[in-house]
Amino acid sequence: MYDMTGYHEAHSLTDVFKLMQADPTARLVAGGTDVLVKIRAAAPHYADTTLIGISRITALKGCTLEADGTFNIGALMTFDQIEHDSLIQTHLGLLSQAVSLVGGPQTRRMGTVGGNICNAGPAADSAPSLFTYNAQIEIQSESNVRQVPIAQFYVGPGRTILKPGEIVTKIKIAPEDYRGFVGHYTKFARRKALDIANLSCAALIKVSAEQRIEALRICFGAAGPVPLRMPQAEAYARHQPLNRAVLNTIGEYCLKDTQTISDWRNSKVFRDHLVTILPGRDISMALRGDEDEAIG
Amino acid sequence: MKQLVNFTLNGETVSCEVDVRKSLLEMLREDFGMTGVKEGCGVGECGACSVIIDGQTVDSCIYLAVWIDGKQATTIEGVTHEDGTLDPIQASFIDAGAVQCGFCIPGMILSSKQLLAHNPSPTRGEIRRELSGNMCRCTGYQKIVDAVQLAAKRLDVEPHARAAIPFTIEK
Ligand SMILES: Cc1cc2nc3c(=O)[nH]c(=O)nc-3n(C[C@H](O)[C@H](O)[C@H](O)COP(=O)(O)OP(=O)(O)OC[C@H]3O[C@@H](n4cnc5c(N)ncnc54)[C@H](O)[C@@H]3O)c2cc1C
Ligand code: FES
Ligand code: FES
Repeated sequence: MYDMTGYHEAHSLTDVFKLMQADPTARLVAGGTDVLVKIRAAAPHYADTTLIGISRITALKGCTLEADGTFNIGALMTFDQIEHDSLIQTHLGLLSQAVSLVGGPQTRRMGTVGGNICNAGPAADSAPSLFTYNAQIEIQSESNVRQVPIAQFYVGPGRTILKPGEIVTKIKIAPEDYRGFVGHYTKFARRKALDIANLSCAALIKVSAEQRIEALRICFGAAGPVPLRMPQAEAYARHQPLNRAVLNTIGEYCLKDTQTISDWRNSKVFRDHLVTILPGRDISMALRGDEDEAIG
Repeated sequence: MKQLVNFTLNGETVSCEVDVRKSLLEMLREDFGMTGVKEGCGVGECGACSVIIDGQTVDSCIYLAVWIDGKQATTIEGVTHEDGTLDPIQASFIDAGAVQCGFCIPGMILSSKQLLAHNPSPTRGEIRRELSGNMCRCTGYQKIVDAVQLAAKRLDVEPHARAAIPFTIEK
């Protein structure tokens, strides 16, 4: 049995706020693929608490496209739903591709995008793409609704700005942040399934009619305590032509903004090598569907 | 703390006053005797505990028992036909030599069943992806992929003609 002290099912947001108020130490659980694993491992703040189940709250499910083109992705959307949603596939192809690489099929059917960002693991597979789409996180409490850019949502490994009594309801992506862009995500891991990324990289690019880089956004996972955008490489890339030398220089610029470390998975030297080559590969894949085909 | 759950287990309506701390895996084995649901890792990595819930294979070791309320669950016990004869997927695993110790097989068969329900003639690559959440420490997987391909061929024909489709190794 799980080492937990109780369970309450929330059927609506009103329920959640009531239950959180009644027991401020209780923990929300969506798909449970992080929470239940951490309880098994007797992790502090997870084991020996009461859980509030949110998986039946309809208001947090599904995905809608507003008339102005803004995407609303419900916090409870599973990786499997995001991978197969036709609107997301068409307009947010990078996100759909990225989450198709999570865990195994069973994990993708239970794990939610809300849980993935709230768990705030540095290697979370949905995060780099959401950073490149400049996603806004909508946070609700009993008395307030606020929106926060995803880059400000993360505080450190496993830590977010969420305050007690708050819940993430949806992830919003504005039309100017996806229209005209194509992207690709590389999860660099030892196995294709059921492995955590040693390093991951999402690139989202818009190319002008003159075949120059109009806008480029790059975000690494596991290259620092939180997912990191690459402002210096992105600024350099603007208006550059697309050729091998430019892609290499973009990779070199990324070293200025990453904060890789050595750990039991990999050395810093190896990670830094990956930092220099993954953005170029992602750009080639996004534009040509082939990382080996020389660009330019 | 206990909670009443009502759900459909292998086609039958059932209910149980379950301790909220139990996983679905624990409830199915302890309260319903469904010992075909195996516990390997207990943390969602091996797929031995796979159960089909509302048409989707999930790991029952990291699924709270109370979450099953109002849903439909299928375990390996519900794949075998009522008269005790094997489902074509089970028979194909045996005929292709895909079973060694057998511990992973209930999960493998449930994942295969779900795959074939959505994709009646999967490629070897598609089979590998759909079974990538199920680990096997014995077979080396080749014969498991063979078995799913054989099952796909057999499910494509009328029941009486199935036995006539033999296992051949595809190069
Ligand atoms: C075998 C296995 C493999 C995995 N592989 C990967 C992988 O390859 N890549 C990857 O990124 N992850 C992986 N994970 C981790 C996990 O599946 C993901 O992080 C998943 O997105 C978590 O979602 P969940 O709904 O299960 O979250 P839960 O476990 O339910 O919750 C996670 C955290 O978020 C909080 N929370 C959840 N929803 C909300 C909300 N709406 N508002 C506020 N707080 C909330 C919870 O309180 C908890 O702290 C794996 C897990 C397992 C078990
Ligand atoms: S026992 Fe559930 S996945 Fe291993
Ligand atoms: S047959 Fe032994 S684990 Fe698969």
